[in-house]
Amino acid sequence: MAPMSASAAMPLRRDSEHGLVLGVAAGIARRLRIDPVIVRVAFAATTVAGGAGLVLYLLAWALMPAEGSAKAPLERIVARRDTWLVVAGMACLAVAALLLLRKWGLWFSDQFVLPVLLVTAGGALIWRQSKAPPEDAPPAPRAPSARALRLPPDAAGRAAVGAALVVGGGLVFLWLNDALQPARDVLLAVVVVVVALTLILAPWWLRLVRGLTEERAERIRSQERAEVAAHLHDSVLQTLALMQRRVDDPREVAALARRQERELRAWLNGRRALDDADTVASCLEAAAAEVEEAHGVAIDVVAVGDAPLDKRGEALVAATREALVNAAKFAGDASIALYAEVAPERVEVFVRDRGPGFEPERVPADRRGVRESIVGRMERHGGRALVHSAPGEGTEIELVMRR
Amino acid sequence: MTSVVIVDDHQLFRSGVRAELDGLVEVLGDAPTVEDAVRLVLEAEPDVVLLDVQMPGGGGVEVIRQVTERRPAQRFLALSVSDAPEDVIAVIRAGARGYVTKTISPPELADAVDRVADGDAVFSPRLAGFVLDAFAGGLPERAVDPQLDQLTAREREVLRHIARGYLYKEIAQRLSISTKTVEAHVSAVLRKLQLSNRHELSRWAVERRLID
Repeated sequence: MAPMSASAAMPLRRDSEHGLVLGVAAGIARRLRIDPVIVRVAFAATTVAGGAGLVLYLLAWALMPAEGSAKAPLERIVARRDTWLVVAGMACLAVAALLLLRKWGLWFSDQFVLPVLLVTAGGALIWRQSKAPPEDAPPAPRAPSARALRLPPDAAGRAAVGAALVVGGGLVFLWLNDALQPARDVLLAVVVVVVALTLILAPWWLRLVRGLTEERAERIRSQERAEVAAHLHDSVLQTLALMQRRVDDPREVAALARRQERELRAWLNGRRALDDADTVASCLEAAAAEVEEAHGVAIDVVAVGDAPLDKRGEALVAATREALVNAAKFAGDASIALYAEVAPERVEVFVRDRGPGFEPERVPADRRGVRESIVGRMERHGGRALVHSAPGEGTEIELVMRR
Repeated sequence: MTSVVIVDDHQLFRSGVRAELDGLVEVLGDAPTVEDAVRLVLEAEPDVVLLDVQMPGGGGVEVIRQVTERRPAQRFLALSVSDAPEDVIAVIRAGARGYVTKTISPPELADAVDRVADGDAVFSPRLAGFVLDAFAGGLPERAVDPQLDQLTAREREVLRHIARGYLYKEIAQRLSISTKTVEAHVSAVLRKLQLSNRHELSRWAVERRLID
């Protein structure tokens, strides 16, 4: 199943690596999953027999993007300002080549080659729709359902031109071979039947389509509602119930409320759960949340910039956690401020509490908390830690880690 | 005493703030909807409007827009549970002179109200963080209007201190400048935040929400 769908999704691209000339045959072969030799023989045969192969080959080259490039040579030309001059020039060249081939006698007959050219051009246009949609299309997160099935306007236009070319080519073929007369009678009958059927079935069909759209929208809405309800039930209602049972412990209630608030905010902002985060900012937030819960304090986290977490970042987060625990022990009821700034060349973290403060020089050397797990850890990883504090002025721990 | 009007669609919260601010500022009234708020503010002419960001009918931004049309000098302080950057930036750019979160303590809130009444700006640590984030990173050289699109080193330093949880007078002490100078820096940042064409501001707010 998997390989099949993979190859079905594969766009038509020139395969210059395996190709002999320009990679057209190899690309087509890969798309159709046949041996490139078959395609090459087909090209060669039609070239020798009537010249059409050569023209088709050049046309395919112009319309197929190369491996790894998004645009076909023709598209690259079309993107330029003097597009129409180039198109006219290419058309002249193609006509000249055809006339030359005709003169040399490398030609089936007009009745055959001209319609085939038209049909090929149209087919190429339609086939190019199978490529992936443009990535710079504006995201439409609120209404993904209805738009996803429709082609973008320019692609739809191309498809229409392609279809017109294919149908036109077929008609020209019939006309040149005098097969149009009987075909016209049949066609007339078909058209009459189709028109009649359309008139009869259109209202019903429209209703069906509209009904389906509405039903799908309704289904999406009710799914979303169920999801929101489930989330609120698991989180907010549970917490409210817990808080009612703990009314005699204000500290516990505050901690519960804070945890719930943090979780709800994260959910509203569409963030991932904090525990599987892997950037500096999100890890710092997770560490702050943990300390808040363990010590019943409030920590205001402000982060500027962000970066993926590396070894140094891990050490920084660990040191920050230690600084937060320290602050939580001495800060009392006042909240703790955690500020982190990720700059291109370094990460700075400040942990500030409004506790009693102390004189850093007078901390005994055997107190492992600050000395080992903060200062030592930072220095081992090429960073540094500074403690600013004075009695009565609170404490701020400054951590700097170069990147 | 500074006079205020409280605008919030939550009854519980309005009466809570009223009770908390009692004796600290003079509460002239409160309003639950955009229309009521506009009428009340134009009638009562308070020094400061305490404004919720998210309300039905256009929210705080709409109140600011309608009041400012007829009373351009009216001062607003945004007070919100939302800490989404796009909400905060939108209400500041609409004309609010500051932004604080609803968890702020009553004395701090009264202090912020007084500050806004005096024509100063009030930045919470989180707002300071948003601004630093929004003004980080370079712009193409010729697209920059240095008057509006960039923060000076001093402004950046002041904002970082606010984000680190320092009060204005502590910042003044640490940077050896006067509290007035700190206020001037913050007001300058507010002006840049409101007037800068730095398209990053809006793009950043959107991106931040999408990527997270």
